[in-house]
Amino acid sequence: MVETIGNTAEGNMIINVGPQHPATHGVLHLVITINGETIQKVEPHLGYIHRSIEKMCESLTYRQFIYVTSRMDYLSAHINNHACALCVEKGLQIEVPTRAQYIRVIMDELTRIASHELWWGAMAMDLGAFTPFFHAFRERESINDIMEETCGARLTMNYMVPGGVMQDIHPDFQRKVKAFIQQFKSKFSEYNEMVTGNIIFQNRMKQVGVLSAEDAISYGCSGPAARGSGVSCDIRKIYPYEIYNTLEFEEVLETGGDSFARYMVRLNEMHQSIKIIEQLIDNIPEGDFQAKTKAVLKLPKGEFYQRVETARGELGVYIVSEGGTTPYRIKFRSPGFSNLSVLDHIARGSKLGDLVAMMGTLDLVIPDIDR
Amino acid sequence: MFLKEYIKEVYSAVKSLLVGMRRTGYYFTHHKEIITQQYPDNRATLHLPERFKGEVVMPHDNNNEHRCTGCTACELACPNGTIKVVTKFDVTPEGKKKKAVDKLVYHLELCTMCNLCVEACPSDAIKMAQTFEHSVYDRNMLTKILNNPGSKIMEGVE
Amino acid sequence: MWSLSEIAHTIHEWLNTTFNSTLATLIEMVVAGIAVISLFALLGLVLVIMERKVSAWIQIRLGPNRVGPKGMLQSMADTLKLLVKEGLTPNGADQFLFNLAPFIAMIVAMLLMAPIAFAKDFQLWDLNIGVLYVSAVSSIMVISILMAGWSSNNKYSLMGAMRSGAQIVSYELSAGLSLLSIVVLTGSLQVSEIIQSQSNGWWIFKGHIPAIISFVIFMIAVTAETNRAPFDLAEAESELTAGFHTEYSGMKFALFFLAEYVNVFIVCAIGATVFLGGWMPFHIGSWEGFNHIMDFIPSSIWFFGKTFFLIFMIMWFRWTFPRLRIDQLLNLEWKYLLPISMVNILLMTAIAILGWHF
Repeated sequence: MVETIGNTAEGNMIINVGPQHPATHGVLHLVITINGETIQKVEPHLGYIHRSIEKMCESLTYRQFIYVTSRMDYLSAHINNHACALCVEKGLQIEVPTRAQYIRVIMDELTRIASHELWWGAMAMDLGAFTPFFHAFRERESINDIMEETCGARLTMNYMVPGGVMQDIHPDFQRKVKAFIQQFKSKFSEYNEMVTGNIIFQNRMKQVGVLSAEDAISYGCSGPAARGSGVSCDIRKIYPYEIYNTLEFEEVLETGGDSFARYMVRLNEMHQSIKIIEQLIDNIPEGDFQAKTKAVLKLPKGEFYQRVETARGELGVYIVSEGGTTPYRIKFRSPGFSNLSVLDHIARGSKLGDLVAMMGTLDLVIPDIDR
Repeated sequence: MFLKEYIKEVYSAVKSLLVGMRRTGYYFTHHKEIITQQYPDNRATLHLPERFKGEVVMPHDNNNEHRCTGCTACELACPNGTIKVVTKFDVTPEGKKKKAVDKLVYHLELCTMCNLCVEACPSDAIKMAQTFEHSVYDRNMLTKILNNPGSKIMEGVE
Repeated sequence: MWSLSEIAHTIHEWLNTTFNSTLATLIEMVVAGIAVISLFALLGLVLVIMERKVSAWIQIRLGPNRVGPKGMLQSMADTLKLLVKEGLTPNGADQFLFNLAPFIAMIVAMLLMAPIAFAKDFQLWDLNIGVLYVSAVSSIMVISILMAGWSSNNKYSLMGAMRSGAQIVSYELSAGLSLLSIVVLTGSLQVSEIIQSQSNGWWIFKGHIPAIISFVIFMIAVTAETNRAPFDLAEAESELTAGFHTEYSGMKFALFFLAEYVNVFIVCAIGATVFLGGWMPFHIGSWEGFNHIMDFIPSSIWFFGKTFFLIFMIMWFRWTFPRLRIDQLLNLEWKYLLPISMVNILLMTAIAILGWHF
C-alpha cells in the first residue's frame, strides 16, 4: 500500500493529483512525491472506473459485445468497434464488401481527427489557455454532426458490425465530409497561430518529458507517444488492415521525443487523416455495405488476434473461442495503459506544471486505461 | 553576436504572442463566428437527423395496428436486457392458436441505443425515434410498454 | 456643467457650513469610505460580467445572456449565490489567519484606491509620494495570499502561495522600474503633477520608444502582480486545482475574487494615469482647436475609458495565452524584463537630461 498522505522520510511532500482533479481528465489518481516544485516520483493508481468490460464481453454474443468496446476509449469508439469487428471477421473468415471497407476507413479517420481535435483543445487547456478548447470543438462538432447523420449517434456510434457497417452512408455524407475538409483546412492555420507558434507554449513543451526511442519500446508505448520518439509503430503501415495498404499516406515521425514532438505528431496526423479521406471520399464503390452473415455468429474454436491503430496507439483484441456463441475469454491491449506507465519515467525531475503537459501529450483516456 | 541574438529572440517571442492576440482579437470582434446554439429556445428549429437514436418506439398505423409478431428476436439481440417481450396466444378466425405479442416492455433506463434490436427485427416492427429529452421525475416512468393498449398485429405480417 | 469635482466641492462646502470642521471631516471620511466600498461592489459586478463577455466572444460563445437585459445582471445573481453559500473553514486550518486573509486582500485593494485621480480634481488623497505609495502598498497583497495558502493546511494552497510569493516579489521590480522611468521625466511622484505634466500630450507619445517599452513592461509586470493569466501560477487550476483559495468558499472566496478584479482595476488605473495621462484628454501639442474639442469630453470618461481599455488588454492576454511554468516565469523577469527595464531607465534618464522628450 502506497502512502498517500503526509510527507516522506526524506522530507518530500506527497501530493494526490486526482481522482478528482482538473488535469487528469477523468478519475486517474496520481500520487506524486514532490520536492518543492520538482517531481521525484509519480505513481498512478487505477481502478476508479473499472467496469470489467473484458468479463462483461464473455457473456455477450459476438454481435453484442462490440457496443461495449465503445465505452473503453470513448474518443475513438469507431476504431475500437472496428477492431472487434475485424477480429470476429477473421474468425468467421467473412469477406467484407469493398464499399463497407471504404466507409469504415473514412469513419476511422474522421474519428481520429475528432479525437485529436479534442486532445488539442484539452492539451491547451491543461497549459492554461482556455480559448483553443472551444475552437477545437467547432471542428469536432462538424465531425459529430456527420457521425450523427450517418451512424445515429455522436460519441458511441456502434456502427461497425461483423461483416460491414450497420447502415449505408447517408446521401448527404460525401458532401458534408468535403465541407468539413474545407473547414478544417481553412481553420488549421489558426491552430498554429494560437497555440503551436506561441512562444510560451513552445517553451512549455520543448525539452519537456523527453522519452528516448529505447524507453518508448521497452515501456510498450505506441501511437503518437512512441512516434514522437522516432519509433515507427503505425499499425496502418506495419500490419495493414482493410484497404490501408492501397492508400497513400505517411507515417508521421518526430525524433525529438519531448512533449513538443508528440504534439507535432498528432497535429500532422490530422493532416494525414485528411489526406486519406480525400483519397477515398469520391471513390466509394457501389455495392453492399454489409456482407451476408448468419443470424447467430459462432466463432470456430481457437484464438484470434487483431490489432488496429486507434487515435492513441495500438489496440489489440484477443478472442479465445470455444466454438460457442459467446467468447470464452476476451483481452484488450489498450494503448493508454502502456502509455501511462511511461509517465513516472519521463516526469521525474521535472516541474509540477510539466506533469500536466506530459499527461496532456500522452493523451490519456482513463476508461481506456481501466476498462 | 550575443546582443543581436538576444534582440532577435525577444522580437520573435513578442511577434508570436501578437499573432495569437490578433487571432483572438478577430474572434472578439467578429460575432458572426459564434457557434453557440441556445438549446431550449431553438426547439422549434432544432433538426435531428432521421437516423438519430433516441429511443426505441413501435410505430402504429391509424387502425392501432403494429407489425410485431412477438418473435423475441429483439429481446435476444439486446445486450443489456432492455427489451422484454411478453407473449400471449391469439385465436385466429380458423380457431387456431397463434402466438402474438401481449406487451413489449422497454426499459429506457437500461438502453444504450446500440440499434441491435432494430437490426434484428425481421418484421420492421420497431424503430429508433428522434426524441432525446428523456428526463423524468420517477425511474418507473422510464419503463415503457411499446405496443399501444388494444393494438393488434397488422394483416399480412408473419 | 456637472462634474465629479464640482459635486465633491458642493458637498464639502455644505458640510462645512452646516457642521463644525472636525465633524465635517469625519462625515467626509465616512462618505468617502462608503463611496469606495460602493465603487468596489460596482467594479466587481462590472468587471466580472466584462470578463465573462470578453472570454465568451473570444471563445466563439455567447456568454451570459439570461439574467437581465443581455445577461448584464448575471454577476448580481452570482454574488447573491456566493452570499448565501456556506463559508467553510477546514478542520485543520488555522482558523484566525484563514478568516483574516480575504479581508487583508480587500483592505489592501481599498488602500490602493486612495491616490487614484478618477476625474479632474477628484481624488481621495493627493499625497506627494503617490506612485511610491501605490507600489509599496500593492506588495502587501502577497501577505494575504501567503496567509491564505499557509493557513488552509492544504498542499495545493501552500504551493500556490509560495509561487505567488516568488512571483509578486520579482515582478514588483520591473513594475516599479517602469513607473520610475516616467517619474524621471515628470520629476514628481505626486499623481496630480504626473497628470498635469501630460497636458500637452501623454507620456507614452512624448517619451519616445523608451516610454513604450516601459509601458509594455509595466503591463506584463502588473499582469503578473495581479496573478492573472498567463501568470496565474498561484491559482493554476489545471495544476493546483485553485491554488491559494482552494479551501475557500462562499463570501470568503468572493472577497478574493473581488480583490483580484479590483486589483486589476487599480493597476490599470495607475498605468492609465502614468502612461496615458489619467483624466487628461487627448491633447496634441499646440493644436488649440483639437485640444478644445477633446476637453468637451468629461474627464471621468477619459479616465475610465483608458482604464477599461487597459483592463481589456489584460483580459485579452488571459484568454489568449497559455500559462508559464514557475522557472520560466522567474527567467522572464530576471533575464528579460529586469535588464531591459534597467537599460530603458538609463535611456530615459538620458532623454530627460538632454531634454529630447516633447
